[in-house]
Amino acid sequence: MDKSKLVRRSEWEWEIPRAGRMEVPGLLFASESLIDEVDEKVREQLSNVASLPGIVEAAFAMPDAHWGYGFPIGGVAAFDPNQGGVISAGGVGFDISCGVRTLLTPLRRDEVEKIRDTLADALFYHIPAGMGSTSRLSLDKRAMTAMLKGGARWAVSQGYGVAGDLECVENGGGCGDADPDEVSEQARRRQTEEMGTLGSGNHYLELQAVAEIFDPVIAAAYGLALDKVVVSIHCGSRGLGHQVATEFSRRMILEAPQYGIHVTDRELASVPAHSPPGKAYYGAMRAAANCALANRQILSHFVREVFKSVIGDDKLPLLYDVSHNLCSPEDHEVGGVKKRLVVHRKGATRALGPGHPDLPARYRPVGQPVLVGGTMGTTSYILAGTEESGRRAFNSACHGAGRSQSRSQALKQYRGEDVVENLRRRNITVKTRSFRGVAEEAPAAYKDVSEVVRATAGAGLARLVARLEPMICVKG
Amino acid sequence: MTPKWEHFEHQADIGIRGTGGTMAEAFEQAAVAMTAVITPPDRILPQVAIRVRCEAPDRELLLADWLNAILREMSALRMLFSRFEVTVSGNSLEAVLHGELLDPARHEPAVEVKGATYFKLSVAQDEAGNWTAQCVVDV
Repeated sequence: MDKSKLVRRSEWEWEIPRAGRMEVPGLLFASESLIDEVDEKVREQLSNVASLPGIVEAAFAMPDAHWGYGFPIGGVAAFDPNQGGVISAGGVGFDISCGVRTLLTPLRRDEVEKIRDTLADALFYHIPAGMGSTSRLSLDKRAMTAMLKGGARWAVSQGYGVAGDLECVENGGGCGDADPDEVSEQARRRQTEEMGTLGSGNHYLELQAVAEIFDPVIAAAYGLALDKVVVSIHCGSRGLGHQVATEFSRRMILEAPQYGIHVTDRELASVPAHSPPGKAYYGAMRAAANCALANRQILSHFVREVFKSVIGDDKLPLLYDVSHNLCSPEDHEVGGVKKRLVVHRKGATRALGPGHPDLPARYRPVGQPVLVGGTMGTTSYILAGTEESGRRAFNSACHGAGRSQSRSQALKQYRGEDVVENLRRRNITVKTRSFRGVAEEAPAAYKDVSEVVRATAGAGLARLVARLEPMICVKG
Repeated sequence: MTPKWEHFEHQADIGIRGTGGTMAEAFEQAAVAMTAVITPPDRILPQVAIRVRCEAPDRELLLADWLNAILREMSALRMLFSRFEVTVSGNSLEAVLHGELLDPARHEPAVEVKGATYFKLSVAQDEAGNWTAQCVVDV
């Protein structure tokens, strides 16, 4: 990105000054090297978000920002519904409530080494991954509605997991404000056979070993210790979420003019949050978020079944589950006044600091776990929310590495078979049904996640807690 | 002109483009381009035919609706489609999708397409009368 068009506010903050139709400035959190890498289109997209009605403070971009459609990926924007603030389906994206959940295992790295192949094969066999995969679940109409209302709570009530899991899921396991009546028949039809499936693309299930501890106190509170192995699951709301996003993006384009909102970029179409279509989208989007929470809960159950059969122990406590594509009502101070805002995060993780009332008691002294997925060949991180991030970017942090190369560039440069073989030599087992998919997701096609979390910590958005190295990756 | 399709660059996702002598041909080719994001279209046997219908206020939205209708049927029926017959009249479209049930072992789907976006969305006719239909799809 051309730095001459930015004002450097501090080592880690870069401002896009207000210009033209922008209601607020744009603010990028990044190191100088990340700013050099970021595409010019991110500046354009962030400026467009800053022009939306009712936006407060700034349009933010996390250090892993890259260009998306409409909103940049890694974008955070909050709107005041009492000042004409909008809600935008494009500000959440197609994979509503895509997120990461991490489970602790009883195993250490050396113990996994002894059973690596058995465990990898068992996970690959039992976890439905890739396009078109189905699990043994099929939901009828009544069960579908109950799932959309209850999220992970519903899944636990059906025997998928234990009640103790729920306090470690964002929103206590389910969005209570979901409105299943706003989820169309077509969206439900797409989900009938898709509960408990991983999906594809950058979705994965990984066994990861704790390779480095940065903050021993918080790590201990999270149950993390050096060489301990965890399971991380990255996936979302599957076909149902995609259909909800598709239908409401279209509806917002058509209905925005009724509210005097001029749609310059169709991907940024929005309606007032308090309007009938705004409320309808909100209810449907929260129901789709419940679908994602239920999905990750069911997948956790499948993982526990695998551990039960392989090592005879299915006690894998949930560390945390957090979405990175979501719109939530949140209380924040704006200009010294507490306001309820509609906060959009698209490729950004909510990151609550210590003492926040929405945190489970066990994490209240240390802050919320922020789960940052890397690539299958590099490294992932666990961070903790800070009090400062509440003041900086509405309690938000980064979500992953962010692509540096397009899929077609990656496909030209790498062969899936070579990527898998190179990773095997580095002691990383990749299980996949598509070598082309592996090539498109080659680790080298992503930014350096370590630089992303360094900038996130530098900017005060989150605190570094632990670094995880992949051992086994079931690719979606 | 001979109808054809191609992909174009997008950092996180992928652009799809179809061209043809008519708008309907461009729409058909855009659908083939979208299939090719998932798997080589020639691996999909046109064994079963499914009908879809779309209506939209303008041709750009009609293209997005068309592509999203294909994605909806792929996902709900667990099918892949390789041949498309499109008829456009005014602001509505009728089409037949030819394909088969998804076979992960044979089709090796690289990625699932989540939706057709409105980003880089355009349906246009050039001076020679040829049509281009394109957008970025989210994967």
